[in-house]
Order: sequence, then structure tokens, then C-alpha cells
Amino acid sequence: MARVTKEERKNGIISAALKLFSEKGFYITTIPDIAEKVGMSVGNFYNYFKSKDILAKELVLYISEYLGNQIREINDREISTEEKIYEIISMYFNMADEKPEMIEYFLRVYLSNREVFGDGCEGMICVSPFVTEMMMFFNDGVANGDLHDQDFFSAFGLFMGYLGGMVFLFGEKILPEPLEWYKESISQNIYNALKTR
Amino acid sequence: MHSKQDNKPRLLWLQGVTCNGNTHSFLNLPYLPLLLDKFEVLYYPAMEALHSFEEISACKLSCDVLIFEGAYDPLMKRNGVFMKEMLAHYAATAKHIVAAGTCASFGGMFKEAASHRNSGILFNEEEMNGPLLKHKKRIINLSGCPIHPEWMGYTLSMIANDQTVITDELHRPVELYSNLAHHGCTRNEYFEWKVDTKGFGQKEGCLFYEQGCRAPMTHASCNKILWNEVSSKTRIGTPCFGCTEPDFPRTELFQTKTNMSIPEDVPLGVPKRSYLTMAGIAKTFHIKRLEGKLIDYKTTD
Repeated sequence: MARVTKEERKNGIISAALKLFSEKGFYITTIPDIAEKVGMSVGNFYNYFKSKDILAKELVLYISEYLGNQIREINDREISTEEKIYEIISMYFNMADEKPEMIEYFLRVYLSNREVFGDGCEGMICVSPFVTEMMMFFNDGVANGDLHDQDFFSAFGLFMGYLGGMVFLFGEKILPEPLEWYKESISQNIYNALKTR
Repeated sequence: MHSKQDNKPRLLWLQGVTCNGNTHSFLNLPYLPLLLDKFEVLYYPAMEALHSFEEISACKLSCDVLIFEGAYDPLMKRNGVFMKEMLAHYAATAKHIVAAGTCASFGGMFKEAASHRNSGILFNEEEMNGPLLKHKKRIINLSGCPIHPEWMGYTLSMIANDQTVITDELHRPVELYSNLAHHGCTRNEYFEWKVDTKGFGQKEGCLFYEQGCRAPMTHASCNKILWNEVSSKTRIGTPCFGCTEPDFPRTELFQTKTNMSIPEDVPLGVPKRSYLTMAGIAKTFHIKRLEGKLIDYKTTD
């Protein structure tokens, strides 16, 4: 059997922790819970992460980098801003569908437990890869004349607040239709709200 | 017998379409008399020289160093003689040709007024297709609106001492123009931590975010070789307008062009993505010392 590398082990912990934190909650989940889920001793776990708080911050960075890379790939495509909006929404909803623990963690752990993230993960520090790509998206959209010039956070809030809200409703099982069903209309709404007038 | 005076390089200062800004700026050079003593000044617009302009415009003399100030206009006459004829006559035998100021270097302010007609002597903005193209190897551009007196002082000293002036792709001396105006700015700490200035003329805050400062994108040593040996625009609270670059003058000089709050231009050579990452993280922190008046800050706070 092929030996599991340290990097693979670390990713295993990240994946297990994301699931446990988003299902059970941050405070209820213990390090022994996570160690048990990945099949390692508690002692060995500490070789990878020194504490639960450090792991929690690493997870935010991990999700932010994942999202950032996905959006960067869309930003680099030779497509219109309207198409990019659709692609970003598709990517985000697919992620909510296939890796719900990532978005759940972001919404339910990161945004709800500021005391954990206040020191060392405040402001843009842990979410920079994701927010930077959204900045690039908006910058390019205005520069090529597709989007109207306005304050970044007004536009960012409209875009990501909308998506976050929909994923939250989906997670609460309130949406009558699957997320996929809303892609077209949401893309259109966001584009109409942001486009050049 | 020849006197020592005869061996001095002969210097001639001609003017195209100009506001005289460079002529006047050069007069502020602290060691001007010492420098000019190394030359035989045939004509200079703002002080007594060996010849009158009538004699110069007759095109019977020649010079070693030709300084041309102002934009080139093919239809302009001085003393009834086309300036282009005078320029061609003196440029043909001059060993060094110096464009004094941005108008003579790239067209500048006066090209903006008559873009179809006016240009620099070698460049038309960034394009090298000016009237003195065939003399390009002998042309040094000293851009700036106006030139810094020390930049002309450096160039003429080098020439007087038979030293080679190494230039960049826009024919500007690298010694003077490889720095950015940002280098040496007293506001660098505010730039690092992304703290905006709160008004004109303030000692505190960076001028890059709101006030259109072009220093991080502008080749100039204004904050390294200070003006009048004491200060610079950014030090006293006025943004750099990028006056040494071929695209000067830009419009809306006191505004930073942004796309959804994101600066359209970022510091020279820095990828926008990298800049935004760095800027976003720096903005996260609030440094109390940088948020108020410097003189009010107490370390015991």
C-alpha cells in the first residue's frame, strides 16, 4: 500500500474538520473527534495543528484560496462580464452542492464566531485570496465598460450577500427548488444591478 | 594665442513653443555661475550672453551644446526666421543636444494644445519620430514640467567634464530618471499602511488613493534630489502629476482614477493582483500613530 504523505494527511484533517465543524458546530467538536474521524491519535494530530483555533484559521484560508483559485480561472477567461457573473455563480452553487461543508463553515463558523478569528485572521488576512479575485473581477468589469463605477463594497455586498443568502436558504431547506434552478435568474439580477447605465 | 576661454564648449539655448518655465527653473541652480563659467554662453533667453538673438537667428554661428526648450512647431518663427531652420542649423554640428523640459522631450503641455502640429524634438509622446530623428544619438531628454535645475546642472557638468551620460529608452539620463518620484517621499509609511491624506497641504497621509499622486509610476528623482535643496511637491502635500512621463499632461490631475474603488494604475512593475492582496491586508490594521496629527501623538497613549 502506498504510504500516505504528510500533505495528504493534512488535507484529510482539513476535510474531516470542515465536515465536523459545519455539522456539529465549532465549540462542540473536539480534537479527539477530528482525530478519530481521520483515524489518527490525538498526539499525532498536534503534529499537524497546534490547536483548534489555529486549525480554524487555516480552514478559512484554505476555503478562501480554493474560491480565489476558482474565480481567478474564470477571471482569466476571454468571456464577457455577464458570462463571468454566471460562471462565478455556477461555481459557487456547485461548491455549495458538492462541498457544502466549505460554505457552511464559512457562513456558520467563520462569520459567527468572530472571537476565534479576531486575532490573526481579522479583516482581510484570511480571506484575501478570495476578496482579491473579486476585486480583479470588478476592476476588469469597470475598465472594459460593462459595469458601472461605484464603491467596491457596495458591489461586493450585493454580489456575495445575495449568493450567501441563497446558500443559507438552501442549507435551511427552505428553497423549493435546487440551487441550480436559480442560476439564470440570479445571474441576470446581479448583472442588471451592476451593469453600466 | 588662444585664451583658455576659447576651449570652453559653446552653449546655445533656443526656445520653441514655451512658457519659459525651464529657463526660469535653471536660474535656481545654486552653483549656476560656477557651471556657466565652464561654457561659452552664446545665447540664453534670461541673461546676458555673447550674442544677440538677431545674430543667432542669422544662422551664421555654430555651437557645441544645443539646449532646446519648448515644443517643436514647424510653423513657428522667431525674429522672422523659422525656428525649424534654426534648430536644423545648430543641431547639425552640435556635439550634444539637450531637450529641456517635457515639451521639448515629448510634446508636453503645448502638444496638448496643438496635437496635430507640436511635438518634442525627438519624441512625439512615446513615438520616436521627431524632427531631429537623424541626430538621435546626440539627444538627451530632460523631461519635467519644469526641469529640476539640478538635472540640467548634472547633465551640463557631465558634458563639461567629457563624461558620457547614459540614458534610458526615452533618452533620459538613468542617473536622474531610474528612480521613481515615490522614492524618498516622506509619506511612504502612509503608503505602506494605506492611510489617505485628509486634505491638501497636510503633512500626514498618502496622496495616492484620493488625490491622483503619480509618484509610484513616475520616473523622477524629485524626492531624492530635493527642489531648492529643501522640498518636493509630495513633501508639502501636492500630488505628483507625472510630469516627466510622455503621457503628461493627463486629465483630472487631482483625482486618482479608480474602478470600483480599485486604483486603475498601480505602482510600476507591480502586478495588480499582488498590489490588491498587499493593500487589502495592510488596510486591515489601524495604526493609531498614522491616523492623527504627528505632533499630537504621544508614545504614552
